[in-house]
Amino acid sequence: MLLGPALGLSAILFSLGVAGVLLRRNAIILFMCVELMLNAVNLTFVALAQLYGASGYIMVFFVMTVAAAEAAVGLAIILAIFRHKQSVDLQNINLLQG
Amino acid sequence: MTQAIFYVFAAIAVLSATLCILQRNPVSAALWLVSTMFSLAAIYVLLGAQFIAAIQVLVYAGAVMVLFLFVIMLLNLGHASSDMRGPSSVAAAIVIVGLLVIELAALWRYTPRRLASEVAQAPDLANPATMFAAGPLAQQEAAARGVVGGIAAPLFQVYLVPFEITSILLLAAIVGAVVLAKRKV
Repeated sequence: MLLGPALGLSAILFSLGVAGVLLRRNAIILFMCVELMLNAVNLTFVALAQLYGASGYIMVFFVMTVAAAEAAVGLAIILAIFRHKQSVDLQNINLLQG
Repeated sequence: MTQAIFYVFAAIAVLSATLCILQRNPVSAALWLVSTMFSLAAIYVLLGAQFIAAIQVLVYAGAVMVLFLFVIMLLNLGHASSDMRGPSSVAAAIVIVGLLVIELAALWRYTPRRLASEVAQAPDLANPATMFAAGPLAQQEAAARGVVGGIAAPLFQVYLVPFEITSILLLAAIVGAVVLAKRKV
């Protein structure tokens, strides 16, 4: 049973997602890194579900639903900001900065 | 054999994810992310979750990534200049991610037996015997009801209310996306 390696892989993918969020300024790539982190968490759920039953799979379902909703709303926000600023660079989006 | 295939797909997933966060062009970053998601789907099959693997390909690699590519091409971001943060932010990112990796690396050593013993020793859990029955439960459920039936039965019995709330969430997301993307409300 591949429990340890699967959990390790999900840890690596999650860290890569965090690294992407911290390194990039492009809002769309930031969103993709968040999707990467959600995928890593899904892998954890699936890896533990092979031991502890189908509840893990149900959780993966809900994570996927939330991810799809988040992508739709987030990309709509990015679209609205782009119309306003002609850019998706987070450096130019500082309206709420004190 | 299964282990070897797992490590091949794990290597593909990590490599694609690394290229995804380092690619300057958003379109290639999105395509590397699709590659990561496909290798994760293959890993789901190896872990005995065939239905989740199919959903992963359909929803993530299909629908969500098409949405991303559509927006990238709609905004014409295909030839962007480098958007890496400055050196001080890169140093901070390396420190934070390094700490995170050290912290999460402990997961690598987990075996089913060690996990079961730790769960059994945890004082706060309600009752480990009922929460986490011993043995590979998913395989038993899949053998009893089939791969899809093993997921459908709890989804529409135990988790029926969360499932219905999910539909409200999706409705709210649809309405929100339409309102946000409209030029004039």
